[in-house]
Amino acid sequence: MRNYEMIFIVRPDVADDDVQKLITQMEGVVASAGGKVEKVEKMGRRRLAYRVEKQREGFYVLFYVQGTGDTVKEFERRLKVTDAVIKHMTVCTDEILQRAAKFKTMRTKQEAKRRRSKPAPAPAPIAPPAPAENAQA
Amino acid sequence: MPVPREGAPSGERPQRREGGSGGGGRKQYFRRRKVCKFCTEKIDMIDYKDVRLVGEFVAERGKILPRRLTGTCSTHQRALSEAIKRARNIALLPFAAGA
Repeated sequence: MRNYEMIFIVRPDVADDDVQKLITQMEGVVASAGGKVEKVEKMGRRRLAYRVEKQREGFYVLFYVQGTGDTVKEFERRLKVTDAVIKHMTVCTDEILQRAAKFKTMRTKQEAKRRRSKPAPAPAPIAPPAPAENAQA
Repeated sequence: MPVPREGAPSGERPQRREGGSGGGGRKQYFRRRKVCKFCTEKIDMIDYKDVRLVGEFVAERGKILPRRLTGTCSTHQRALSEAIKRARNIALLPFAAGA
């Protein structure tokens, strides 16, 4: 199981009720393909940065999904078939989340180190503490 | 320390001297040292959906701004360029803006 972020754009002329219907439908698709929907976010109507299928606006919907490759495959197939969807993208967020977590632990460690070294900042002209920090940074 | 001959920017506080990087070192002026925004603001994850943040690093015509202009560190520049490309793919940012 991996974490995915699936984002798709619905035509702006689709009614809100129909968008909601589509979302529930897609939730069903994920469930039937062995995945789990963690969160659905309606990012709302936005201006597109460029024209997509002659549309200048679109309704962004974001799915946070946990699943396998088959889940993604089925989800994307359904989006391609659906006429109301003009664009979609899937991003596997595992690596991104991992990297973010790594940065976080690194920063907390560094802050802890800084706090430890702070009590003795007075002997500034004496070099030794500084190069050691640089070497580890 | 040599005094700059002409027009040192008065508003900015000089921190580090840089002999004009482009122009053969003739024009010497003070420039504030740029630092990585993501490092200073402690942003772990550069999210492609955050158009306001990512859009800052895109030029008027939609190009990704180079590190030498923005001061982004190499790690974050790599993550940033990925985010920008993703944002372009889903029409949050333009591939080529303007005329």
